[in-house]
Amino acid sequence: MPWLSALVILTMLCMAVFAPLLAPHSPIDQTLRDKLLPPFWFEDGSSKYLLGTDAFGRDILSRLIYGARVSLIVAALALTVGGGVGLLIGIVAGYMGGIVESILMRLVDAAFTFPAILFALLLAVTMGQGLGTLVIAISLLLWASFARIIRGEVLALKQRDFVALAKVRGCSELRIMLTHILPNVLNTFMVLVTLNIGVVIIAEAALSFLGAGIPPPTPTWGLMVSEGRGRIAEAWWVSLIPGLAITALVLSVNLFGDWLRDRLDPRLRQL
Amino acid sequence: MSNDNVLEVRDLVTYFFLRRGVVKAVDGVSFDLKRGEVLGLVGESGCGKSLTALSIMRLLPKGSARTLRGEVRLGGENILTRSPREMRQIRGRRISMILQDPQTSLNPVFSIGEQLREAIFRRTRGSKAEILREAIAALRRVEIAAPGQRVGQFPHQLSGGMKQRVVGAIAISGHPEVLIADEPTTALDVTIQLQYLKLMQRLQAQTGMAILFITHDFGVVARMCHRVAVMYAGRIVECGPVARIFQQPSHPYTQALIASVPGMSAAASRLTTIDGQPPSLLDPPPGCRFAARCKYVQPRCRDSYPSTFSVGAEHAAACWRLGP
Repeated sequence: MPWLSALVILTMLCMAVFAPLLAPHSPIDQTLRDKLLPPFWFEDGSSKYLLGTDAFGRDILSRLIYGARVSLIVAALALTVGGGVGLLIGIVAGYMGGIVESILMRLVDAAFTFPAILFALLLAVTMGQGLGTLVIAISLLLWASFARIIRGEVLALKQRDFVALAKVRGCSELRIMLTHILPNVLNTFMVLVTLNIGVVIIAEAALSFLGAGIPPPTPTWGLMVSEGRGRIAEAWWVSLIPGLAITALVLSVNLFGDWLRDRLDPRLRQL
Repeated sequence: MSNDNVLEVRDLVTYFFLRRGVVKAVDGVSFDLKRGEVLGLVGESGCGKSLTALSIMRLLPKGSARTLRGEVRLGGENILTRSPREMRQIRGRRISMILQDPQTSLNPVFSIGEQLREAIFRRTRGSKAEILREAIAALRRVEIAAPGQRVGQFPHQLSGGMKQRVVGAIAISGHPEVLIADEPTTALDVTIQLQYLKLMQRLQAQTGMAILFITHDFGVVARMCHRVAVMYAGRIVECGPVARIFQQPSHPYTQALIASVPGMSAAASRLTTIDGQPPSLLDPPPGCRFAARCKYVQPRCRDSYPSTFSVGAEHAAACWRLGP
């Protein structure tokens, strides 16, 4: 099982990295004469456009290949930034307790009450559209849930005797957080990351659709789904193909994440 | 103050400050721990044994508990006034600790070797190979079979007794002068308990470290300790050599406690118990805390806390009955 999902993830990664070599057409150039062609295995399909074309006559396969780039970069950056911040805040809040915890967790509560989409739109207006805006907006959406779950985990962990014994050995608070708490929450963190890849890709799509994401001619999977929405009855492939790509990626990442968790957890490594 | 004492605790006071009030959990505890001695600290659950240990280590639960008064002199210097930074240097090297539950005493995501390495590296700063050699030697010292294989294993692959041995190996890897053992065998089954106690005795004889052995089991005290301090409701009520305490317990609480150990009072078929419950440590009575359960209670027991009276060589108890 892990090999199939690893293969899918690897394929997507290759698509992202080698997009200019793999794409048969330009992802942006329009050929209005060839608009809305179905994939090649249909009667009207053309072998020139293997997965058909969209309303502007752009090759869907090429857009899919280039789109992987944007989607994966956004997912990786947003999960690193948002997840990383959430992880740190969760560990510090959970371990330090007291006033530090109160302040950090009220910040988390505040982050939850703030509508992320609205904030993203605000950012897009003030900072302009682009990758940076998108990553910041999605990170702001993610960090609070990471922080909350990690903190819960840390609260249970710090009660364990090995933390007390680390203090007995004379370890500093920082050292305990880094070498005793952090490795114990990494499994949870990995699971959170994989579960949130789907959230990020969908958030990216929503924001792109609203005009707060990557500006339109650049293909992203979410944007492609959105673009095909209006003609879903006649030209379903315009939305369905990028939709399937998202599904395949999210599913693979989740399955791979499960497998990874089982591999990484020494308690399950027994046999 | 003889130079024999490696640890001297004087009038240690640690309270919990809760919304409901002040819990006087450790209320004026004093004792000495001599070099190379095993001192038992006995008492029932909640009498303040573990909190005394944590106060000595200065690892009280954050927020609610605080040590208000007293001195903890380690090799003559009061460690209660040390900065947190200096305290970190003292912990692990000069004073160390073993806790009750081996299941949670080791970090589940690191191998045994890595956890020993952390303790050893802090002391020696040696190379990887040296540390590995030391880690294996440390495991051999606590009599773990095939230490070369065990260093690569994770805590879940070891039995409870084995884990507690590893915890012991980590605790003594810094060659501490004082080891506080907080019920180290309570979570082990009986046959393993005995092995572990014997191991601790051998290690103690080899290294000459002093052990403060916290337990609620008089059988363990009889086997392990040279002297014993009996604690009741936040105070030490009696302290003396083990043999004397067993033969001539002076404090009514100690007497009742020894009488209630199964198989120790001659031919008793029913378990002897102590009626009543320890007083709430939230606003304890001003007098002797055992007064409400004591069969020899006198009026003054309820009014003022008894002074400590000597009842023999190194043997003292806090009870008005023993006074002049």
